[in-house]
Amino acid sequence: MKSDELDATLDSFGDALASATRVTPGNALRPEDIAKDGVKPSEQIAQYALRLGDDSLILSQRMSHWVSRAPELEEDVALGNITLDLLGHARSFLTYAGLAWDKTEDDLAYFREEEEFTSLHIVEQDNGHFGVTIIRMLLVATYQHLLYTALMESADETLSAIAAKSVKEVDYHRDHAIQWTIRLGLGTEESAEKMRHALEILWPYIDEMFTDEPLHDQLEGVAVRPSTLRAAWDQEIAGVLDEAGLEVPNVPQAMCKGRQGEHSEYMGYILAEMQVLARKHPGATW
Amino acid sequence: MAATTQNDSQLSAVPSYEQEQAQARFDAIIGDDSRIEPRDWMPEPYRKTLTRQVSQHAHSEIIGMQPEANWITRAPSLKRKAILIAKVQDEAGHGLYLYSAAETLGTSRDELNDQLLTGRAKYSSIFNYPARTWADMGAIGWLVDGAAIANQVPLCRASYGPYGRAMVRICKEESFHQRQGFEILLSLSRGTEAQKKMAQDAINRFYEPSLMMFGPPDDQSPNSKQSMAWKIKRFSNDDLRQRFVGMIAEQVKVLGLTLPDPELRFDEETGKWLHKDLNWDEFMAVIKGGGPMNSQRMERRRAAHREGAWVREAAAAYANKQAQSEVA
Repeated sequence: MKSDELDATLDSFGDALASATRVTPGNALRPEDIAKDGVKPSEQIAQYALRLGDDSLILSQRMSHWVSRAPELEEDVALGNITLDLLGHARSFLTYAGLAWDKTEDDLAYFREEEEFTSLHIVEQDNGHFGVTIIRMLLVATYQHLLYTALMESADETLSAIAAKSVKEVDYHRDHAIQWTIRLGLGTEESAEKMRHALEILWPYIDEMFTDEPLHDQLEGVAVRPSTLRAAWDQEIAGVLDEAGLEVPNVPQAMCKGRQGEHSEYMGYILAEMQVLARKHPGATW
Repeated sequence: MAATTQNDSQLSAVPSYEQEQAQARFDAIIGDDSRIEPRDWMPEPYRKTLTRQVSQHAHSEIIGMQPEANWITRAPSLKRKAILIAKVQDEAGHGLYLYSAAETLGTSRDELNDQLLTGRAKYSSIFNYPARTWADMGAIGWLVDGAAIANQVPLCRASYGPYGRAMVRICKEESFHQRQGFEILLSLSRGTEAQKKMAQDAINRFYEPSLMMFGPPDDQSPNSKQSMAWKIKRFSNDDLRQRFVGMIAEQVKVLGLTLPDPELRFDEETGKWLHKDLNWDEFMAVIKGGGPMNSQRMERRRAAHREGAWVREAAAAYANKQAQSEVA
């Protein structure tokens, strides 16, 4: 290209092209669409959507700490991508839940108290070293992949649509975690030891993911009963750990009641950081 | 062997016929406004200048992730949080293309990274200022990315092909970044008194450092002339600076805010924008490491590298084992 042709681009750079920061039209089911066109869910369905939204929100909040700190640049991009996907899932679920109570995604994220959050304990665990983050991603993404696959059959159209969009993304998270689990499990003695340690510290929070609640009884055909995912999850995880030269650790399960709003000591700090600015300016728009 | 090398280096003082031909081809490509490609012959100083410039640019993208990452966890709405994560992720992507472009000049990414971590290579000194408030996300997008675009759009025409092409893609994304920054400031400027104050304060702090991103005044920028002759650079520092300040002087009116520059005006006679004298002593002090955040920025990068060492080693060891098992 010659100089004069390029001079023309000086004044109109970049108008027509995509970037990650642009909302692409046609990318189905954005939170904004749910807010605008979504059908108001029942109280129970909203409670269920809130659980799924809180899991993704808190995990995304945790993961976002990795941005600019990853072991290599490619991983900064990958972890950023995963963080962004999870935030997108959270926004959709929270927006949908909020319709039942005339609340926005931001009301729910920024102006609820700790005991009102319904997330699982595993998502609030510390990032630790890269291996801990990868094992947590493996355990949670495998769970979410099974969950969203089943939720696509939900009688509730909005839940089914959110699941259909999210399942493709958590499939990538799962794949990313599997690749790293194998690489680090079989890499060096040091990396294998770190992965064994990561499994030991995260395994106590597994049972909580698969615990049925009365809410699931009330939402037959709408919600996925967590206990039904356990066998497939166990089998998948065992397969990955076997391939990575790792084993399911022999550790007791922790008593967790995240779904009832009882959280670990981490949660207060996570929320304090996430909510500080929004709460300093209540009612402001950003 | 040693004798031959010495002999060669002495002989190179007088260019061979082939070297003269190669230089003539290079000069013709530059003269014709075409592109130099990685396999083309190029004079060593051209290669060196480009390697320095492209890698500094890559380092700036990587260090520049830090001030914005600082606000991801506290972003005041989920939508803003999503946009900010996407933006910082774009920056990591820009770093990757630029390191690739630099590698085509013959220096490996590991070596370039090592130059950054050991302080032998520089990055844009604006990232040595702290992002103190949420409004800084707006000011960085509008002013810092805006200045970067004004600098980089002409680089889309840089004579070195891989650099020019990387810049085309980067400029398109940067343009969105600038708009999202402006949009943050626009929301704040239409918000509460506290939000407006926050926006004005951020503009006040980033105005001068963003003007200094164009580099020293023309009469104090010794390398500019050669870069322009090589058509790496197309406009002088001062020319780009006045062009940029003219743009933001108009845009700030939309925000209903002001630029902290009582001397800013359009000079009808020269057709150029005039601005106040900039504090070049501060600029030099920050470049030399004395900015408020130099030490933290570098330590954060070194820590990420250090803490990730076991991961990279394990990945390499795994890849080796895989390669061996495929051979066997």
